[in-house]
Amino acid sequence: MTSSELTHRTAAELAAAIASGEVSAVEVASAHLDRISAVDDRVRAFLHVDVEGALNQAREVDRRRAQGEPLGPLAGVPIAHKDVFTTRGVPTTAGSKILEGWIPPYDATVTERLRAAGLVILGKTNMDEFAMGSSTENSAYGPSRNPWDLERVPGGSSGGSSAAVAGYEAPLATGTDTGGSIRQPAAVCGIVGAKPTYGGSSRYGVIAFASSLDTPGPFARNVLDAALLHEAFSGHDPMDSTSVDAPVPPVVEAARRGDVAGMRVGVVREFAGEGYQPGVLTRFNEAVELLESLGAKVSEVSCPNFTTALPAYYLISPSECSSNLARFDAMRYGLRVGDDGTRSAEEVMALTRAAGFGPEVKRRIILGTYALSSGYYDAYYGSAQKVRTLIARDFTAAFEQVDVLVSPTTPTTAFPIGERADDPMAMYRADLCTIPANLAGNAALSVPCGLAPEDGLPVGLQIMAPALADDRTYRVAAAVESALTARWGAELLTKAPSLV
Amino acid sequence: MSAITRDEVAHLARLSRLALGPEELDALAGQLDEIISAVAQVQDAASADVPPTSHALPLTNVFRPDEVRPPLGVAEALDQAPAAEDDRFRVPRILDEE
Repeated sequence: MTSSELTHRTAAELAAAIASGEVSAVEVASAHLDRISAVDDRVRAFLHVDVEGALNQAREVDRRRAQGEPLGPLAGVPIAHKDVFTTRGVPTTAGSKILEGWIPPYDATVTERLRAAGLVILGKTNMDEFAMGSSTENSAYGPSRNPWDLERVPGGSSGGSSAAVAGYEAPLATGTDTGGSIRQPAAVCGIVGAKPTYGGSSRYGVIAFASSLDTPGPFARNVLDAALLHEAFSGHDPMDSTSVDAPVPPVVEAARRGDVAGMRVGVVREFAGEGYQPGVLTRFNEAVELLESLGAKVSEVSCPNFTTALPAYYLISPSECSSNLARFDAMRYGLRVGDDGTRSAEEVMALTRAAGFGPEVKRRIILGTYALSSGYYDAYYGSAQKVRTLIARDFTAAFEQVDVLVSPTTPTTAFPIGERADDPMAMYRADLCTIPANLAGNAALSVPCGLAPEDGLPVGLQIMAPALADDRTYRVAAAVESALTARWGAELLTKAPSLV
Repeated sequence: MSAITRDEVAHLARLSRLALGPEELDALAGQLDEIISAVAQVQDAASADVPPTSHALPLTNVFRPDEVRPPLGVAEALDQAPAAEDDRFRVPRILDEE
């Protein structure tokens, strides 16, 4: 196989080719490293490419295979790893200047499981600083680009990961989803991204943003690959106090099955109308009709409190972030500014944090400090927590009537770089449809459902299921993917520019 | 009336240990005022009888067995320190001199 054929294979195909000896893991890794060299100066998906580490991991897979040792279902497959996960010996910045050059002394559980599964970590991907954003424009290292149109954002916060997968720099990538940071970039880059049930994947070693919401999850170019990755790193972790001690839902089986006959699908009434791009709604409505034609029973479901999810989220997540980011105190690791022997620890701390955090992070720390302060706590944080209860109740009521809920993943397609940079509320609205599943802890996934007619950019279909029923999202996504791929004659990404 | 004043933002910045300059305070005050006005609608949505949710799943305290495990060594722990001395983190003064 040529290098270009290797980078365009699915993860499942690559694993099979490596296992059979058709190609070596080193050849596969080299092909992807070459692709990164060829396109990443324009896509800017990676903050750090670990050439030596990747080739060593690939050699180890080849050695194990040669010795007849058992290989996992993704052994030798390259992966792009979001820079929010700690990686022992490899720089980890979370997109922030305050962690520039930091080399963690330990692996996140997700990292450890990727290594144990024989996945080859190509490098660390760009992200909005501390995962706060919807475009990667908040990265201290500059924005990543959308492979469909290099002048547009790849979504965020896991935008480096979505750009790497859509740009054929890696068949798989990791992300974290706090308010939509996997599903939204997947949608605007025309790939698959899943937010597992909260607690279904480990937060140990994930640099914390909002701990009651942060959820690691997979990116891939197709539903089966996403399911394989989901299964590879999910499951109970004693190192994470909020990890769910339950078996991983049968996502791979569901992705292979992909049939929706008799499934009850609810369309969320509140996620349409003003603020939604017409072409997004066109493709979404077609996807709903498609599900009906495949035998699903479609009905409209009202979730009245979903319209208050966005304001509740922008109180809860900054509150948690203001507390979590207190750990960046310039004492034990990371940046230290102004330590000239005359200043106190507190002054050095304040100078360091002012120099090391970007505007969005400062905005959220201040907002969170405000929402948690005495006198405002009940009105803001307290009320937001009540809204969280109401949203969970909406989901509970909906899932008594239907098996899954569907909506557009995002109100619009990818927006131009810079367009929303000075308007925080416009940026926040990119997460309008994805936030409810975070607040309630449900499983949710985004799968491509076409290109918006007005701009030719990808549109995502969001599928939401109850907690621990992640398999339902994969089942519906696989059915949609299979029917649409047949209609298009190839996967959606083949319509994207080639970049070379 | 604005939801938040520039003086309040300066106070919050002090509480948050952020040494912000005057321009940053000006910009933030305007943006926070807009954001807080937009998110304030949560107060109308939630009535008094709704219990708050802090977490999506029921939380129970988790203990691990109290077993001795090898800790991070001194050299590894200090490896990323901004400043170290005599096997310790060196930090700026934490007490006033008088």
